[in-house]
Amino acid sequence: MNNLIKGEKHDWEMVIGLEIHAQVKSNSKLFSSSSTKFGSSPNSQVSLVDAAMPGMLPVINKYCVEQAVKTGVGLNAKINNYSVFDRKNYFYADLPQGYQISQYKYPIVGEGKVTIDFKDGTSKDIRIVRLHLEQDAGKSLHDQNPSKTYVDLNRSGVALMEIVSEPDIRTPDEAGMYISKIRSILMYLDTCDGNMQEGSLRADVNISVRKPGYEYGTRCEIKNLNSIKFIKQAINYEAKRQIEILESGGSIEQNTMLFNTSTGKTRPMRNKEEAHDYRYFPDPDLLPLEISEEEIGKIKSSIPELPDELKNKFIETYKLSNYDASVLTAEKQTSDYFNETINSDPELKNYAKIVVNWITSELFSLLNKNNQDLNNSPVSPENLGQLIKLISTNEISGKIAKDVLEDMFSSGKTARQIVDEKGLQQVTDQGEIAKVIDEVIAENPKMVEQYLAGKDKLLGFFVGQAMKLTKGKANPKMLNDILKQKLNKKN
Amino acid sequence: MKIDKNTINKIARLSRIKLDDKESEDYIKDLNSILDWVEQLNEVNTENVEPLSNISSSILPKREDVSKDTNSSEEILENAPDKLEGFFAVPKVVE
Repeated sequence: MNNLIKGEKHDWEMVIGLEIHAQVKSNSKLFSSSSTKFGSSPNSQVSLVDAAMPGMLPVINKYCVEQAVKTGVGLNAKINNYSVFDRKNYFYADLPQGYQISQYKYPIVGEGKVTIDFKDGTSKDIRIVRLHLEQDAGKSLHDQNPSKTYVDLNRSGVALMEIVSEPDIRTPDEAGMYISKIRSILMYLDTCDGNMQEGSLRADVNISVRKPGYEYGTRCEIKNLNSIKFIKQAINYEAKRQIEILESGGSIEQNTMLFNTSTGKTRPMRNKEEAHDYRYFPDPDLLPLEISEEEIGKIKSSIPELPDELKNKFIETYKLSNYDASVLTAEKQTSDYFNETINSDPELKNYAKIVVNWITSELFSLLNKNNQDLNNSPVSPENLGQLIKLISTNEISGKIAKDVLEDMFSSGKTARQIVDEKGLQQVTDQGEIAKVIDEVIAENPKMVEQYLAGKDKLLGFFVGQAMKLTKGKANPKMLNDILKQKLNKKN
Repeated sequence: MKIDKNTINKIARLSRIKLDDKESEDYIKDLNSILDWVEQLNEVNTENVEPLSNISSSILPKREDVSKDTNSSEEILENAPDKLEGFFAVPKVVE
């Protein structure tokens, strides 16, 4: 695979690292008991701790700590028995404390790695530097009033896991695959809801360009991207910008950038030299966080099957391709649905590939068309399993099954009900099919002549006519075979 | 380490505190004498000693993940100089 960008004098390589911010899926905030619910009325979920009233003290949420450890295990990372909370100081309207409680020198989780799979069957490891716990900030609305910014502190203090990667990523696509993989792992672990639109998962992108094989160039950081599409767009734009500067003899200034989602361009943030003077120091309000091996062991034993394990299991048990298995396991709801479907009838195991196709193409396209989610699919796994069984036993044809699925989707009826009510059973009676074919042949003597003279394509015409007469219910294979037999006999 | 006029101005700016010339001079003097005093600790050899985050021997207390309905909006906004429909209203900050 060629990952290079063509330049004027030589090719360029992108060097990309991601800092992913994932909100911990918890009921209450990291250091206070306020609710974390999204979309409540402004400032309704703000305790005196979150508002940084004088004298308020933070008390850590045990569950958030466990979720961070769990995530660390899911990222194949080292869990640190000892970690420390620091204050990261900066001045901003949505940060009432004037500092964010974060972890600097001693994070809760150390080095790990995740694997991304390419379509061509190859894969690549992306190394993780660390994962640390920190507070989210409040939300500022800038576009409601020409002279004011409105601040909502509901998000202030919600637990975030910041997951930092090594600069192992080389293309926008790899960046997209990496964040998808992290998202998938988080959702299997149920430590983050993965909702990028609501900002539960967002990323800062560090990017530089270099001549392949040379030292890393100076990097820029693009802040706060909340969709995979924007991440790719921002990387493409920023790499082009940097290459243009370097090729015209300039040098890159290390900078923090913002991405404008409507113009697709990046621009430097202002006040950068002050913004970077964070004056980290250990938070005197919080003791170091110690986790025993025993506690880590207990958390490890609670971890469910992760996408990679499940993928390998699917490949082995159902003889699926690497690609099919990775599509099935990318989202937990998809693999759950597949499991429930295939386990709804013992015989379906032998038709795993058909089950995959019906879920990932037919059902997905219906859900998409109707703007619905697999989680609340009108077709239950059992009902889909029943439909596939009707196909596998030749009771209905695949073509008719598509209509049946649409009917199931809108009416909520089972496949059996629909097939019985509409009389859609496939015609597999040799005699009955033969009778229809005789009819078609008798009605089209000229076509028969042409066919026999070598116009093979006409076979499709006869099939079509016969299908029409049987309302699409004839078994296609039998129809084909008998038709050929009869036509050739005429010769 | 010596605190000079530039350093004191930077610290004041980071802290959002406005100092006049007289105050700056006073703080330079005070801070330097504090730092000089603390610098005596440099005489101690701390090689291979991990930094200490806290001198207490107690264990970080933790809470269960239970959310309390605060419905705090009114109380939280009580001291706000400016507000609108439940939001704090602050001078425009655009980034």
